Amino acid sequence: MDWTIWVEWLIKSLFVVFALLTGFAYLTLYERRALAKIQVRIGPNRAGWQGLLQPVADAVKLIFKEELTPAKADKLVFFWAPIITMVPSIVIAAVIPFGPTTTLFGRTIVFSVANINVGVLFLMAVASIAVYGIVLAGWSSNNKYAMLGGLRSSAQMISYELSLGLGFVTAILLGNSMNLHDIVDAQRNVWFAVVQPVGALIFMIVTLAEVNRAPFDMPEAEQELTAGYHSEYSGMKFALFFMAEYQKMIAISMIAATLFFGGYREFWFLKDTFLSVDAIWNIGPWQFQAWFLGPIYMLLKVVVLLFFMIWIRATWPRIRYDRLMSFGWKVLLPLSLAVVFISAVGVLVAQQFDNNWYLAIIPIFSSVAGLVAVGFVDQALRRKSYASH
Amino acid sequence: MSIDLILFLILAVVAVATALGMLLSKNAVYSALFLVLNFAAIAVFYLLLGAPFIAISQVTVYAGAIMVLFLFVIMLLGAETLAPSKVLRGQGWAAFGLAVVLVAETVYLLVSRHAAVGVIARPDAFLNTMDSLREIGKALFIQYLLPFEVTSILLLVAMVGAIVLTRREKGG
Repeated sequence: MDWTIWVEWLIKSLFVVFALLTGFAYLTLYERRALAKIQVRIGPNRAGWQGLLQPVADAVKLIFKEELTPAKADKLVFFWAPIITMVPSIVIAAVIPFGPTTTLFGRTIVFSVANINVGVLFLMAVASIAVYGIVLAGWSSNNKYAMLGGLRSSAQMISYELSLGLGFVTAILLGNSMNLHDIVDAQRNVWFAVVQPVGALIFMIVTLAEVNRAPFDMPEAEQELTAGYHSEYSGMKFALFFMAEYQKMIAISMIAATLFFGGYREFWFLKDTFLSVDAIWNIGPWQFQAWFLGPIYMLLKVVVLLFFMIWIRATWPRIRYDRLMSFGWKVLLPLSLAVVFISAVGVLVAQQFDNNWYLAIIPIFSSVAGLVAVGFVDQALRRKSYASH
Repeated sequence: MSIDLILFLILAVVAVATALGMLLSKNAVYSALFLVLNFAAIAVFYLLLGAPFIAISQVTVYAGAIMVLFLFVIMLLGAETLAPSKVLRGQGWAAFGLAVVLVAETVYLLVSRHAAVGVIARPDAFLNTMDSLREIGKALFIQYLLPFEVTSILLLVAMVGAIVLTRREKGG
């Protein structure tokens, strides 16, 4: 192991951390501006051109705010909870590929911090660790509202993690690998969101619940719990929770893009053109692979997915807590099981007949399953007994 | 000393210290957190031994799912600072005796089997490929299919049992 590999790791890690931190800062601005546009307001536009310096102003404000620790709080856990929340939101991005494997300066470069064979499982593990910070923050604050927020979030995240895991399984089945690079490469011809539209939709709903975003933001429902688990936090400790939430949004959008929307790969209609990430560009005497398009496509996809999250927040009211649980356990979980089963059958049939067109049975049957689920929810809501049992 | 050995020694200290912390904490939440740290240390042991799949599964299943549920229950019941109750007399001594038996067994196995098995080579070339995962899958679903299915039925029975026990009668 020579020293250059350490330099390579360092550069890649710094890139990921920098991308997430800057992404967080500008995502707050993006969200506020987009929400404002949807609500026919203007939004923050005073600090710098189009409000571009607003995140800087916010950061300065939060740094100088006073930090309070409640008198009967558990000081140690109270201090660590924001950190435990923050770390997984960055670490989770370590396995996400940003570009195709390429040769630079005579070295083979893999565009992810860690190219491991259990990449998808790593995502699952880190996502399941993320709940600790919120639960511990709620518990250590010694505040009933914070406690209830923490309990709600743990119940919610555990419930929706099952469907999240099954979403990962769908992508593993279709990609025939747990390595995220392989999964992205398998989407060269067609995105998994096209092969398995219901699976992609479930995945996106579940990720909303996993990052506690509207309409599943019960842990911080202000009408009921003031600010939920971070009621007692102020100053930079609050800022860490804030950062973690937005970094999780970015990370989870990257994951959704990687698993279902082709990751760093070009849009399917650009395949075999000079805009493909595999294309070789000849400019003057230089000849090189267009790997740098990878991060650009990734960014585009993440921005679009984030816009959907913001759009949903601006449009939909918060779901009632018992309905949230019923929806997770009685609708999403059976439907994801059906989706995994249909995907497995489709992949098996396609392998047996050695013809990838047989994969078409996957979107057809899973759409039927999805429609059945929608019909079930509709019926249940009409009977108005959806929540009682 | 190689890096592996240094890592092993550090992890061994962490694992033992967190296990002791779990046993000796007065506060149940701290106990649970020590146990999580212990699981994390064990997961890194698996990584050192060249088993990334088991390492990550350890984190996902134990630290990510089971301990979160434990914490949830502790907090929901407000049981973090219950007074220590001695339900069984002589419980401490019995536990100590059983622990001694366990340690004796482990030492006996280490001493008696070590020579026979010899030094197991780390499967380095195999380690970071999908093939190692495929082998695990084949072992689970071909060689050990029956135990696997029996385990899943056991879990299903437990789940159904939990639902039956907590179900409220209609109108009751």
